[in-house]
Amino acid sequence: MSVSLSWRRPSILPGFYPTLTLTLLWLAIIVIIPLGIMLWFTAGLGWDGFFAVILRKRVLLDLFVSLWTAFAASFFNMFAGLLVAWVLVRYKFFGWRIADALVDLPFALPTAVAGIALSTLYAPQGWLGALLAPLGIQIAFKPAGIVVAMIFISLPFIVRTIQPVIQDLEVEQEEAASLMGATPWQIFWRISLPAILPSLVTGFALALARCLGEYGSIIFIAGNKPMVSEIVPLLIVAQLDQFDYQGATAIGTLMLGVSFLLLLAINLLQAWVRRRHGG
Amino acid sequence: MVVRRLLITAALLFLVLFLVLPLIDVFSQALAAGLGVYFSALYDPNVADAIYLTLLIAAVAVPANLVFGICASWCIAKFDFFGRNLLITLIDIPFSISPVIAGLLEVLMFGLNGLLGGWLSANNIQIIFALPGMILATTFVTFPFVAREVIPLAQEQGVEEEEAAVTLGAGFFSIFWRVSLPKLRWGLLYGVLLCNARAMGEFGAVSVVSGKIFGQTDTMSLAVESLYESYELQAAFAVASLLAMLAVVTLVLKAGLEWRHRDELAAGRRKKTA
Repeated sequence: MSVSLSWRRPSILPGFYPTLTLTLLWLAIIVIIPLGIMLWFTAGLGWDGFFAVILRKRVLLDLFVSLWTAFAASFFNMFAGLLVAWVLVRYKFFGWRIADALVDLPFALPTAVAGIALSTLYAPQGWLGALLAPLGIQIAFKPAGIVVAMIFISLPFIVRTIQPVIQDLEVEQEEAASLMGATPWQIFWRISLPAILPSLVTGFALALARCLGEYGSIIFIAGNKPMVSEIVPLLIVAQLDQFDYQGATAIGTLMLGVSFLLLLAINLLQAWVRRRHGG
Repeated sequence: MVVRRLLITAALLFLVLFLVLPLIDVFSQALAAGLGVYFSALYDPNVADAIYLTLLIAAVAVPANLVFGICASWCIAKFDFFGRNLLITLIDIPFSISPVIAGLLEVLMFGLNGLLGGWLSANNIQIIFALPGMILATTFVTFPFVAREVIPLAQEQGVEEEEAAVTLGAGFFSIFWRVSLPKLRWGLLYGVLLCNARAMGEFGAVSVVSGKIFGQTDTMSLAVESLYESYELQAAFAVASLLAMLAVVTLVLKAGLEWRHRDELAAGRRKKTA
């Protein structure tokens, strides 16, 4: 028997080369070539040109705003998402099906619609804004507004990532622990949570990526004050509106780089979590 | 029992506060001045143009990504080759890229100072600030939707039935049409549903490449913004309510698909999170 050194495993099915060619071609035209061109334009700026843009105070502070709000929202959603996912899997209650379908609303609702709805809700005269105003809390047109919008749009990423994992948890383990006298809290903390944790980290990463890139739902509620409540995507749009393509390109590349590093860091974190909890 | 009730209440309270309230807000704002004002806002010819443009963009972007999804699922799921996982990763890229950057990419390709800008303007072809750019940007952001639904599903289903069809003498198209497609159709429909919702609702990417001329290059999402910025709240929310209805219909259809074809779809879902 001869060992084939081919780059693909032999198959009798037809259509491999035509479909692969179409796939690669379409991928190249829509995704790879445009991204390559952005990097090429960035390279054209040179190190000096690139750093001259990204070391501007406004760019750095806006990046800080984008990062802390995205972290805050994704962190909040780790808890809220875990709660929602847990309840949806473990309990069947009246309206369960509606609640489950509703989780995907942020996927389905166009971001501009979410944006104007949230901004009118949390505006000082809005339903929620009016409730919070006497407490001295203002959310709309402040950085807190960005966090609220990000919580809205990133919720389904976390819920839908951990839901199947909770579904597959073995109830027998929990029952065994319960028979041995563990309290519900101990069972959750020692048995269920470690099993869910890796997927929770994945969900966090997905949510974070979505929050960092989000534009439509945020700009209406954010206030968009440079260096305080302005997110990086809006800054890119502002550069483009002034026809500053180089600025926009440099900031775009910076954003890609930051997201890439974050996802890399989270992947490493996840590998560590999996090793530790053997998941 | 107490814990159960407490958890359910907390979860529902959170969902109502963060998800239901914004949805109700859209409809209540849209109808705040009565049905008459609501319908007169929607009878605006500019709104009709925005609806037409939105449908047109989705009508190109969704089928394009559907064909891509089918091709990708065939070569990735039915064959084993070097670089397959890399290919899957590359297909997912648009998910982790800001829609604003998606728009920026089109500007750098086709804008006046972009790579092809000189050639395009010499030949009097306009892509940026016009329909083709908006279609390209929408195609970019919705690129992985169908593929990522269908690939894991097709992988789960394996190749035995297709191989049997080959030995019986069937060609590519008849295998796909008679053997693979019937197994994939609900997954495909599911992907198309999500792809369409995003294509019709996309805002950031389209906003960067649109000329933002209300009545000419405004989609429904962009019309919502234009109207809102010019303090025509009623009209903004009237258009927004149409998009919100689209979202609700999408959710209902999606829940229906998940309910009726749970087993077929679940196979793919498990694979994806594994």
